[in-house]
Amino acid sequence: MSTVQVKPAPSQAKVTFISSSIGKKVFQAITGSFMFFFVVGHMLGNLQIFIGQDQLNTYAQALKDVPYLTWSVRFVMIVCLVIHVWWGIQLYFENWFSRPIRYVVSKTVQASLSSRTMIFTGGGIFLYVVYHLLHYTFIVTNPQYAGLHDSLGRHDVYSMVILGFQNGWISTVYFVALFSLSYHLVHAIPSLFQTFGLNNDKTKFKFDVLGWLVAIVLFVGYSIIPAAVLLNIIKLPEGVL
Amino acid sequence: MNLTLRVWRQKNSQEKGHLETYQAKDINEDMSFLEMLDVVNEDLIKEGVEPIHFDHDCREGICGACSLVIGGIAHGGKKGCTTCELRMRNFKDGDTITVEPFRAKAFPVIRDLVVDRSSMDRVIQAGGFVSANTGGAPDANAIPVHKDVSDTSMDAAACIGCGACVAACKNASAMLFVSAKVSHLATLPQGQVERENRVRKMVAQMGAEGFGNCSNYYECEAVCPKEISVKNIAKMNREFFKANVSKK
Amino acid sequence: MKLESKVPSGPLAEKWDKHRFEMKLVNPANKRKYSVIVVGTGLAGASAAATMAELGYNVKSFCFQDSPRRAHSIGAQGGINAAKNYQNDGDSIWRLFFDTIKGGDFRSREANTYRLAQVSNNIIDQCVAQGVPFARDYGGLLANRSFGGAQVSRTFYARGQTGQQLLLGAYSALQRQIGLGKVQMFPRTEMLDLVLIDGHAKGIVIRDLVTGEISSHAADAVVLGTGGYGRVYNLSTMGLGCNVTAAYRAYKRGALFANPCYHQIHPTCIPHTGEYQSKLTLMSESLRNDGRIWVSKNKDDNRPPGEIPEDERDYYLERKYPSFGNLAPRDISSRSAKEVCDDGRGVGPTKYGVYLDFSEAIERLGKKAISDKYGNLFDMYNLITAEDPYQVPMRIYPASHYSMGGLWVDYNLMSNIPGLHVIGEANFSDHGANRLGASALMQGLADGYFVLPYTIGDYFAREGAQNITTDRPEFREAEEAVSARMKKLLSINGERSADSFHKALGEIMWEKAGLARNETDLKKAIEEIVALRKEFWQNVKVLGSNESLNQTLEKAGRVADFLEFAEIFCYDALNREESCGAHFREEYQTKEGEALRNDKKFAYVSAWEYKGDGVKPELHKEELEFENVELATRSYK
Ligand SMILES: Cc1cc2nc3c(=O)[nH]c(=O)nc-3n(C[C@H](O)[C@H](O)[C@H](O)COP(=O)(O)OP(=O)(O)OC[C@H]3O[C@@H](n4cnc5c(N)ncnc54)[C@H](O)[C@@H]3O)c2cc1C
Ligand code: HEM
Ligand code: HEM
Ligand code: SF4
Ligand code: F3S
Ligand code: FES
Repeated sequence: MSTVQVKPAPSQAKVTFISSSIGKKVFQAITGSFMFFFVVGHMLGNLQIFIGQDQLNTYAQALKDVPYLTWSVRFVMIVCLVIHVWWGIQLYFENWFSRPIRYVVSKTVQASLSSRTMIFTGGGIFLYVVYHLLHYTFIVTNPQYAGLHDSLGRHDVYSMVILGFQNGWISTVYFVALFSLSYHLVHAIPSLFQTFGLNNDKTKFKFDVLGWLVAIVLFVGYSIIPAAVLLNIIKLPEGVL
Repeated sequence: MNLTLRVWRQKNSQEKGHLETYQAKDINEDMSFLEMLDVVNEDLIKEGVEPIHFDHDCREGICGACSLVIGGIAHGGKKGCTTCELRMRNFKDGDTITVEPFRAKAFPVIRDLVVDRSSMDRVIQAGGFVSANTGGAPDANAIPVHKDVSDTSMDAAACIGCGACVAACKNASAMLFVSAKVSHLATLPQGQVERENRVRKMVAQMGAEGFGNCSNYYECEAVCPKEISVKNIAKMNREFFKANVSKK
Repeated sequence: MKLESKVPSGPLAEKWDKHRFEMKLVNPANKRKYSVIVVGTGLAGASAAATMAELGYNVKSFCFQDSPRRAHSIGAQGGINAAKNYQNDGDSIWRLFFDTIKGGDFRSREANTYRLAQVSNNIIDQCVAQGVPFARDYGGLLANRSFGGAQVSRTFYARGQTGQQLLLGAYSALQRQIGLGKVQMFPRTEMLDLVLIDGHAKGIVIRDLVTGEISSHAADAVVLGTGGYGRVYNLSTMGLGCNVTAAYRAYKRGALFANPCYHQIHPTCIPHTGEYQSKLTLMSESLRNDGRIWVSKNKDDNRPPGEIPEDERDYYLERKYPSFGNLAPRDISSRSAKEVCDDGRGVGPTKYGVYLDFSEAIERLGKKAISDKYGNLFDMYNLITAEDPYQVPMRIYPASHYSMGGLWVDYNLMSNIPGLHVIGEANFSDHGANRLGASALMQGLADGYFVLPYTIGDYFAREGAQNITTDRPEFREAEEAVSARMKKLLSINGERSADSFHKALGEIMWEKAGLARNETDLKKAIEEIVALRKEFWQNVKVLGSNESLNQTLEKAGRVADFLEFAEIFCYDALNREESCGAHFREEYQTKEGEALRNDKKFAYVSAWEYKGDGVKPELHKEELEFENVELATRSYK
């Protein structure tokens, strides 16, 4: 008869925290914030390049010397990435299928472009991370870096980075990726507070501003490295190639 | 003024719909959008064409029956305004306006612009109430409620259940609607006993009805005729989290 | 037919208690054996359905909207009365009772009105417990305002959305019972007939508005909470779906229609602007607390309001009723507005409007204070008219608003058909010839939460559970009649839409049976209604089929019933040769133009009985006995 009795009685619907709509989001936010902290830390680490070859290589070596720590961080990051990506994609499709017939005309009043492109900026980040690991960590794309060593016999991360960015194509990939990341965070940062329930009418605007600030700082903080290399501000040390 | 309308026509829930073009002639700018449709319908009837079906009742912005996505925006885009309150003076002579039903998996089209929003009722059935049987209530002034608390609660309680938030959300999520109810009751002392259970059940039902998830787009808030704030969604997230921790 | 009010004997204040003791009870374990149909999910219907389900009865609830939450009650703005005396300003149950009966111009049943005042306090308690966010003072206690001409502050409110909040309270209680399986809800369903089995109301015939399917439901009793018939005037403050169909179908099955001519015209609505208009928007009466009503002293004064000097303004309510001034009761304010407009002193494009001016209040209290109090109403006015009431005075005019008349019920809220109970605006019982502001919400909830759930038990206990099913031939017959009517409407295929008939009917009613009535006009109205009805059945154009959502078909059915009902309305107005409350007969007025009641001849309830199509209904009288109040001339001077 009437449409009301078709669905199961509401009292039956049960859900666990993780499988609930809100729970999934909370996990997105938790994993996202972990990755965010990594990104910030990584940026600070990378910026040591401006201090010099010795400093950066020492830092890289120092990390290698505490394998338990690095591996735990790596483990957490991998888990975060997997969850974040997996649920990011799942949420995306769920959301897409929540409106099987789309509007013919659809306007946006206040949803930001950043918020509406999360899956694409996220996807961009993901592709980038894969490339980035192959590039600098596993040194697959440019095997020639593997033989770089500094005068103390350490892996010469400093030279590797500079060599990499001297290639305009590679730098471009980085710029695009960094834009993706930053733009992801323009929405991600304020969104995180909303998801954790820490937002209200008074803080809303402030968090939006925070999102932009973080994005800009990250974008500048990271891209200043390839930019400096391209502008020849940081150069390869004597004797490398 | 004269307008061109592109209106979604769909015979029933099974049939595939399409946009149909109609002319709206001699429209007075003091008319409401629905009165404009009345005029078009009157002409259609004269021509022997079945009139455009749309939901409406109070025509003063309180019952939540009217819907419509007008020119791509639920309720037409005037802030704090339902379709029935929207006046034609907000349009220009010669405009072409596309009129579509609220779209969401949880809102199947019944006919033309009429959709089935009973999913929202079922979310309320799951827990959007205080279980206070008639008769046993203490004196109304027995529990003083801070004026600010009562006002905040009223802000959320003002929701008219129209579903525009769902229609506008890119994810067809009902978070604003559900959070308005959760927040209304969680704010008041009367809502405390069932606080945890309520939010758990309502969120569960919301998922079961096929609404999307919230990505914090805030598009819902922009079209909400009662200007319900997305801070209620933040509050519901908090409530849900606490409820799952407390296991009360 | 002898109309038995079943008012219990004894002192007024003890009647309800005594009656509750005397009524039979249904054993708690047996309650689940009884089923009840509740048509309507407004304040009355939703509260009754929820409460009866809580008690253990099996309830089926129906409404024509897509959700029970959208019932017309949602639109009430101003507030709800209760005799709490929280403000310590001298209120009491007795005073609320007295004000209500006086406001009703001594045409209501004393015992019912008294009971209403008695249970009013429980309503507020119940609503607060449900989480209704009533306005509060800084100390955290409930706030009150004075409303609609009351001299005490007894009105509870939730911003300008009191009806909404109260209905959402009742709706949530109803939703809870639906979730628990004690109420089966049928939205988008219209009741199109009442079914009697051996003289008792045992079921209804419905049309599923989505599929068009016509079917029946049976139960041990039927409750109608289907609201008022104000849209007999077409333009009104009521929701567009409001109709008389359910009540009228019951009338055709033998239920008496009481006092149909008592219909309230609300003084403060946004004036009519054009042909196309579908609805008149109410501007809450609370505006009259601070706004001053005036027109120019000169006829055809076309100057903008700002240019009319103070001494050329006529603050006519303040002039005529110095002690109540702008707060004079609704019927008096409405009629006065009509008088000045008929005198050619109206304002606005149609000249049917008067100013409601806040400039003095803004000066005295500041813009902030005014916007705190009325901000949302001012916004709404601005949205509709594109005028800013902070700058220029509002224009207002009376509009059809509330039906005091309705199906006749006894003290138990049962009509003359056993088993058929009628609650809320759909019955006639508590407001006499005029309703005071903020008392309809009170009555709807009183009936639904606190009266009917008791009295219906008495009926059940006396009759026993009967397990009637829809297999009975009475159901088939009724269903067939309904189907035939649908087919008939669809087959006429004439020239005019149902809407155009509704508009035409509205004009007849407004002109000839509106704010002021007289014998000649009423007789003419009846002729015109009969002619219009005839044309309707030959010339209405209803497209589409029965087997789908078909809003024109729904509309046509409702208009058809209005076209019949309007005639009884006029008969009643014609019969009542006095002026009382909202019913003003021009022939019966004092020299100063005030209403002239005739208590000797007309202190009765007119209850009309259906005698066949096109036949004048038969009048039955329930004499009103006043043991506790003295019938005085209402004076608000
Ligand atoms: C604009 C406005 C403001 C008001 N403000 C106030 C105020 O401030 N204070 C106050 O006390 N009163 C006020 N009133 C009056 C008050 O709102 C109503 O009298 C009251 O709400 C009526 O409630 P009800 O439950 O009797 O009926 P309604 O709320 O009218 O409900 C009728 C129900 O019956 C159903 N129904 C009707 N016909 C059928 C059918 N054939 N088949 C199936 N279902 C049917 C409908 O779906 C609906 O659910 C106001 C009224 C208006 C119009
Ligand atoms: C360093 C990398 C990343 C960081 C720091 C990051 C951070 C975040 C944060 C903080 C959020 C906000 C969660 C919330 O709304 O509360 C978020 C959301 C999101 N992220 Fe990422 N993210 C990263 C990588 C990715 C990747 C690789 C994807 C790939 C699919 C992705 C897809 C998404 C999506 C789709 C959302 C939105 C989820 C929703 O709101 O529905 N992110 N991200
Ligand atoms: C200018 C920008 C960047 C530079 C110069 C840079 C440089 C490097 C270098 C040199 C390494 C390898 C370190 C080593 O193996 O010794 C590395 C590892 C890594 N980088 Fe970056 N990076 C940049 C941006 C990013 C960004 C934006 C992300 C994330 C989205 C990222 C994620 C990683 C990860 C996950 C690793 C692997 C860490 C590990 O081995 O545990 N990098 N980066
Ligand atoms: S939250 Fe706003 S948009 Fe959503 S249902 Fe309520 S009133 Fe409508
Ligand atoms: S628009 Fe949708 S994504 Fe969330 S904030 Fe509103 S429900
Ligand atoms: S018709 Fe009631 S809100 Fe628009």
